[in-house]
Amino acid sequence: MNVGVLALQGAFAEMEAYWRMRGAEVFEIRQAADLERGIDLLALPGGESTVQGRLLKKLGLFEPLKRRIDAGLPVFATCAGLILLAERIENDDAVWFASLPVTVKRNAYGRQLGSFTTRGDFDGKHDFPMTFIRAPAITDLLSPDIEVLSTFDGAPTSVRWRNITAFTWHPELNATA
Amino acid sequence: MENRQELNRNLAQMLKGGVIMDVTTPEQARIAEEAGACAVMALERIPADIRAAGGVSRMSDPAMIRGIQEAVSIPVMAKCRIGHIAEARILEAIEIDYIDESEVLSPADDTRHIDKTKFSVPFVCGARDLGEALRRIGEGATMIRTKGEPGTGDVVQAVRHMRKMQSEIRRVASLREDELYEAAKELAAPLDLVRFVHDNARLPVVNFAAGGVATPADAALMMELGAEGVFVGSGIFKSGDPAKRAAAIVQAVTNWKDSKLLAKLSENLGPAMVGINSEEIETIMEERGR
Repeated sequence: MNVGVLALQGAFAEMEAYWRMRGAEVFEIRQAADLERGIDLLALPGGESTVQGRLLKKLGLFEPLKRRIDAGLPVFATCAGLILLAERIENDDAVWFASLPVTVKRNAYGRQLGSFTTRGDFDGKHDFPMTFIRAPAITDLLSPDIEVLSTFDGAPTSVRWRNITAFTWHPELNATA
Repeated sequence: MENRQELNRNLAQMLKGGVIMDVTTPEQARIAEEAGACAVMALERIPADIRAAGGVSRMSDPAMIRGIQEAVSIPVMAKCRIGHIAEARILEAIEIDYIDESEVLSPADDTRHIDKTKFSVPFVCGARDLGEALRRIGEGATMIRTKGEPGTGDVVQAVRHMRKMQSEIRRVASLREDELYEAAKELAAPLDLVRFVHDNARLPVVNFAAGGVATPADAALMMELGAEGVFVGSGIFKSGDPAKRAAAIVQAVTNWKDSKLLAKLSENLGPAMVGINSEEIETIMEERGR
């Protein structure tokens, strides 16, 4: 499997390691020419969504990636990646791909002092480690077809919808688990 | 605190591949965020002006920092003086995202740094070589930057520090395991951290370049030498067209290998900060705190 990791800013190296450990061929997407390679899955890493979103547009990556995502390319997104995909952002005027029918709230747990780890059920697995770094929250599901894979305090923290799996936390940071 | 340390290292991981910009007003902070800064450093005076003004330079007014926290959604950092535990506690109280225990301000303690393991908030510290980096990490720093020579617009120290650190990392990685005890002694660094460097051929925390970065080419140079991102201080808001220069430096960090793009990014940026040749200056900030 060829995994293209969006490598504009953020924890893309950790995302690459995560997919290599799963036996994938990994390449970095930094500019439009990188999309000429065959891609089976797009991975959107953590980082700052404002930076990644702006760079996507400046580098001519936004339109071609949005077309592919909406055409069904499998996507695996964490934290900032989820924000890039969300249809609505509660506390931000910007929306980016708007391909995933959820509302998110940026920095929902506050500043860095609000960052935390916990363990919980994820997609049928128990006691799964979850790291939240200045994390967003999913505050609304805008489609009845969304499958919730994990929750924290009753709110969804990872979801699957059609071709997209997205997390408010960072599975790639606990990749050994 | 073990868990906080890990979370704080994780936040630095999220900043990688990004540019952290010095800002002195909410307006500048918004320009920086708009240009693609992954974080801003809130301070009353940028290093070039600190250098020009002389005198004692201290932590910024918390009200000024709070104004910047309210203006942007990206992480906000602020500086405290080396060894100034109380300034660090004040910054923690206003929920700063990262504290820079910085040689750019006048040191409050000429021998000791803050015991950063006692804080929940993360710290970034400057280092000129591997030993200094590992001493700061041993004290609890969860992010490292080169010390450069701030406020000069001269990148030579940042280059020197990054090259030295990277070559020392390669050397430690190549040692036999029974040579690590002596290496720890030479580096004056904790043995467990020296062992981490040996096993992983990298620092245990994220490593940025800082000091004297003024152009997209400077930023690309630092990435080439192994930086995982860059701090830009005086280089942006001391230049002719800060918004354009800031955006160009952000793109240069992402695509530092693409020389054609770098050429385009370097076009028509207006005057860079004039700068001071770092050999002509009297106050050597990098010497502060070892």
